[in-house]
Amino acid sequence: MAEKILMKGNEAIAISAIRNGVDGYFGYPITPQSEVMETLMKEKPWETTGMVVLQAESETSSINMIYGGASCGKKVMTSSSSPGISLMCEGISYIAGAELPCVVVDVMRGGPGLGTIQPSQSDYNQIVKGGGHGDYHNIVLAPASAQDMYDFVDWGFDLAFKYRTPVVILADGIIGQMMEKVEMHPMKPRRTDAEILEAAPWATTGKPAGRERNIITSLSLDADIQERFNRKLKGKYEIIEENEVKFSEYMTEDAEYVFVAFGCSSRICEAVVDELRAEGIKAGLLRPITLYPFPFKEIERLSKQVKSMMSIELNLGQMVHDVRLAVNGACPVGFYGRQGGNIYTPEEIVSEFKKFNGLA
Amino acid sequence: MAFKGAIEVDTQKCKGCSVCIANCPTGSIKLSDMVNSKGYHYAEMTGEGCIGCSNCAVVCPDSVITVYRVKI
Amino acid sequence: MTGHKQMKDMSISIEEIKKPENRIYGKPSLLTDNVMHYCPGCSHGTVHKLVAEVIEEMGIQDKTVGICPVGCSVFAYNYIDIDWQEAAHGRAPALATATKRLCPDKYVFTYQGDGDLASIGTAEIIHACGRGENIVVIFINNGIYGMTGGQMAPTTLIGMKTSTTPYGRDPKLNGFPLVIADMIAHLDGTAYITRQSVHTAPAARKAKNAIRKAFEYSQKGIGLSFVEIVSTCNSGWKLTPVDANKWMVENMFKKYPIGDIKDILK
Repeated sequence: MAEKILMKGNEAIAISAIRNGVDGYFGYPITPQSEVMETLMKEKPWETTGMVVLQAESETSSINMIYGGASCGKKVMTSSSSPGISLMCEGISYIAGAELPCVVVDVMRGGPGLGTIQPSQSDYNQIVKGGGHGDYHNIVLAPASAQDMYDFVDWGFDLAFKYRTPVVILADGIIGQMMEKVEMHPMKPRRTDAEILEAAPWATTGKPAGRERNIITSLSLDADIQERFNRKLKGKYEIIEENEVKFSEYMTEDAEYVFVAFGCSSRICEAVVDELRAEGIKAGLLRPITLYPFPFKEIERLSKQVKSMMSIELNLGQMVHDVRLAVNGACPVGFYGRQGGNIYTPEEIVSEFKKFNGLA
Repeated sequence: MAFKGAIEVDTQKCKGCSVCIANCPTGSIKLSDMVNSKGYHYAEMTGEGCIGCSNCAVVCPDSVITVYRVKI
Repeated sequence: MTGHKQMKDMSISIEEIKKPENRIYGKPSLLTDNVMHYCPGCSHGTVHKLVAEVIEEMGIQDKTVGICPVGCSVFAYNYIDIDWQEAAHGRAPALATATKRLCPDKYVFTYQGDGDLASIGTAEIIHACGRGENIVVIFINNGIYGMTGGQMAPTTLIGMKTSTTPYGRDPKLNGFPLVIADMIAHLDGTAYITRQSVHTAPAARKAKNAIRKAFEYSQKGIGLSFVEIVSTCNSGWKLTPVDANKWMVENMFKKYPIGDIKDILK
């Protein structure tokens, strides 16, 4: 039986990185995710797997260390929280433009500005719509448990290398700080040099006589070349949208009302569904696990069977716009959110749900 | 021991910056009266004074000068 | 020269001299055939050549990774036949840090101008020096932003005219020049810091030796090696290439004197 250990979501990210053969972590302290680097420094993986761990002088620098490491075909990652992620967005845009694979963990806190250090989901728009400048997407994974934090690191790298694109694990302060049992999967060794050459023939591994030089760049001064590149990215995003959508559903089969919620909000909404079902109201929950690509088709399908849908988010209403796009007028779409680090109780959501649907 | 040298200039790539001329100890380089396809008066050897010291080629920003030298 | 030798001299024609076996110097094979986009007389081309010669002579083409900046040398990857990463403005030392730490057997160098390194990228270069990263930094200092059209750089001299200091750099308005090489010499993480130029053949040969030493030091695990090349920007300075070299000697060298600043192995 696989080993189960009690740990914080942030610690699960760190332990998973070591156990899944990540080559390098470069980060900068910020609440509420500082345990990621603290755990890595305590574990000293450079003595066991050879993983490099480095505290950079800023988030700007750490994301550019990711750019450098990813350019070498290495599995590299960083983590931060909202204000730090804003600083990283320059680098994430360059990483998308240079088609490099990497994993970035964003443990969201309340904003704008310095905001609070409590949990929030207020960076949905920033991360799901890109974050930095230019036409690009991040693949965005939304964990809802410490186990997800552990599992999404490896899944994230698989996607990052498959599509040569940045992958963001969009967590929040609750998921990062919450302690849960985490099941450890078998260790994966770091890639050998030969495996890197095979997985990343484009990488700057040193130019042997037999091949053209490898150049990692996002620069093009020719409008036609840039447009061709933009369309190439678009083609990649279409494949991602076709093949990588992931979501889970809870009691939606016969549901007349469906909640849409991601991350910690989806767990709270499970309790809401249970409460409403106990009252005889046929409620269900759709949890997007990938926020990009977004489960548009599934929400559209459900919108045709239900009386209404409601997006529940720890922000002023961000994902709800994507829900409305998917629903496209087929049913009413409501929203309820809390901000600033405050968290809704199931009872609060039940009450707002009834108000919206005229059931009070 | 003395040397006699000669230079060959890739005239199409020369930009006529004249840094080679300023660095030639024997005054053996001048700008051509002709221009290349980019419109630059390119560098060319003049006279028989070249000693093959390579100074011109070392300072050439566009690496368009090849230097030859024989002992005499 | 004796009359006898002169006679022999006269006897060999230019065409006879230009035989492959008499070739003693030319474009290094690691420089590509691409025509450089630099202005006529720009120091960048000369420094590119010296870097290519060092990599070629050390036989480390397959072990070298270069990091380009944003600025005139943003396209350095078009000219030297090695693997390259193109960084965001000022961030090259961060890329180099990760590259070297993840691939310690590689020779890793950044190639940066004064806007990139001394302005927007000060945090990255200072901390790479502070951490003692085992990388090489080639720093082109011509006191001006070339690519964007000749604006003031942190290294612009007092009184020097640029497009954003049209009446000359005034310390009351624009502050004073940053002397980066001297600043980082105080940091324990730097191993070798030197300031060179490429305006004459002897200067260029010294600069090449310095670049070679920096590459060799980077494999010794003793810290960061930094080669500043005091350079010209004749377009930005609005001088001919030859006059720009003279102006550099008369003005830039006073603020940025040529020579070794630090060598911990000496």
